[in-house]
Amino acid sequence: MLYREAGQFKASYAADQAIFPILQDRIGAIAILAVAFLVVPFAANEYWLRTILTPFLIYALASIGLNLLTGYAGLVSLGTGGFMAVGAFTAYNLAIRIPGLNVVVVFLLAGLVAACVGILFGLPSLRIKGFYLAVATLAAQFFLEWLFSHVPWFTNDSSSGVISSPEIVMFGFRFSGPVSRYLLTLTIVAVLALLAKNLVRGNIGRSWMAIRDMDIAAEIIGIRPLRTKLLAFAVSSFYIGIAGALWAFVYLGSVDPSAFDLDRSFQVLFMVIIGGLGSILGSFLGAAFILLLPILLSNLPELFGVHIGTAAGTNLEFVVFGTLIVFFLIVEPHGLARLWQIGKEKLRLWPFPH
Amino acid sequence: MEFFFEVLIGGLLSGVMYSLVALGFVLIFKASGVFNFAQGAMVLFAALTFVGLLEHGFAIWAAAIATIVTMVVLAIVVERLVLRPLVNQEQIIMFMATIGIAYFLNGIGQAMWGADVHPLMLGIPQGPVDVLGIQIDKFDLIAAAVAGSLVAGLAFFFQKTRIGRALRAVADDHQAAMSVGIPLKQIWVIVWTAAGIVAFVAGIMWGSNLGVQFSVALVALKALPVLILGGFTSIPGAIVGGLLVGAGEKLSEVFLGPFVGGGIETWFAYMLAMLFLMVRPQGLFGERIIERV
Repeated sequence: MLYREAGQFKASYAADQAIFPILQDRIGAIAILAVAFLVVPFAANEYWLRTILTPFLIYALASIGLNLLTGYAGLVSLGTGGFMAVGAFTAYNLAIRIPGLNVVVVFLLAGLVAACVGILFGLPSLRIKGFYLAVATLAAQFFLEWLFSHVPWFTNDSSSGVISSPEIVMFGFRFSGPVSRYLLTLTIVAVLALLAKNLVRGNIGRSWMAIRDMDIAAEIIGIRPLRTKLLAFAVSSFYIGIAGALWAFVYLGSVDPSAFDLDRSFQVLFMVIIGGLGSILGSFLGAAFILLLPILLSNLPELFGVHIGTAAGTNLEFVVFGTLIVFFLIVEPHGLARLWQIGKEKLRLWPFPH
Repeated sequence: MEFFFEVLIGGLLSGVMYSLVALGFVLIFKASGVFNFAQGAMVLFAALTFVGLLEHGFAIWAAAIATIVTMVVLAIVVERLVLRPLVNQEQIIMFMATIGIAYFLNGIGQAMWGADVHPLMLGIPQGPVDVLGIQIDKFDLIAAAVAGSLVAGLAFFFQKTRIGRALRAVADDHQAAMSVGIPLKQIWVIVWTAAGIVAFVAGIMWGSNLGVQFSVALVALKALPVLILGGFTSIPGAIVGGLLVGAGEKLSEVFLGPFVGGGIETWFAYMLAMLFLMVRPQGLFGERIIERV
């Protein structure tokens, strides 16, 4: 009743090809953005902004990046952490070696460098696919992690290995408080998410999907596998690189290779799968789910007044987390985005089913 | 020159240990097409159970039997609760599910037996022995012997027994195997059990070398390049791949490491495997990938 497209006629091609073709979706998207920009900074306290909302947005960005590669182009990658590290270290080196550079430029260049590295490590995808490729991308993960911790040039010859990230400055304004940092992240993520949404409905996104569904057939109808696959790696790494730079600059406040280890790669892959392969919305849902679940799990016993030791607590968290992942995959292997799709179908009739 | 051979043989023997872990992957991938990321966690879990039982005063044989029973139960539970509901899902979903299993096993193993380092003393002799003027660790020799007999046992099991034949049939073609009456679900339990027992052997060997601790689970990461070098579906491939990776890793660390700052063991095997795949995408012994439209 409330959510249905009946009566919304598309009179022009532009209307037919809109990012959100249904009025309710448009209103919903604008409402969410309005709440995120105008209400949240005032309503949320510092803890929420700093430890939940900001990392959520950055994770969502990384998930979108990986989703473009894995969900749309069908190329499984386990090198997400490595590409995030490329973004973070590029941004760091740019910021300290060229003082006064606008932070937007820094992040963009960080993304571009990550994209180049992504193309390099995407080369094997032309010959191999599936799990062979997934394991080959682990090469990127381990090599890049090693590179940033063993070559002193990248850390500016710092002896400790952990270095604090430089200040984020744009047109003389310093992003130092949690609110301004949240807004900076939100702006970047919102713009890039819309861009991704736009990308996947067009020519490029469709050629990715064609390659994913059947690469030989795609090749026969004239899609070049070389260009399409490498472009997927480039765009995906661009997103992931920017997410890495944000992770180091905005969230952690330090640039440290160990923040981008294999666990990070798995975490982002979990977000993509739980959220839904091939769905931008799913990337956000998955990021929220995987980020909030451990926080919930570690706080749950306290809520019921049960006290367990930290060590036992961590182990139990592992157990519950693993069980929930398996449970979730069994119940809905297509992810949270599919649940939302089913919900939309139901909403069409609700509340009068006949 | 002698030093070179010592490093080479040391590398080959440590490669045997990688092969042991890689074997478990191959078994499961061959029979069910599942890329079992939990193999490393199974190694840790089996080793932890074994050590935990030993520490509670079990005799070695009793603890070994109890551990094997645990691995059988684990195989049944995994088949019932994870594989069966997820049958016919995409491979990546199965892969994710095994990561879930890995989390579960790591958590439960450490919750039950504690996260400390458990030393594992089985009276396996250590210390160098002189073979043709080259120093070799006795332990490595024994590990190689164990791995060799395990592979021989598996080869016998696959080639000569009825169940082994059924397993090979399933690996060749699921549907054809089902249509001649091979019970697929039982086969999965058997294959996970076999992988569990291989994991147990690997756990004992790694455990007596390093002590049973969380890092044993990370050994699985070393087994992955072995897998892609050797091919996911080939048991001889797992062995040869393990030897290549072990030797390459040690040689590169000793002769190449000093020039680039050391620590290249973590990625060398992966790079090697990746470059190799560019030339030969199916690995050394993998089945030729033929695509039909």
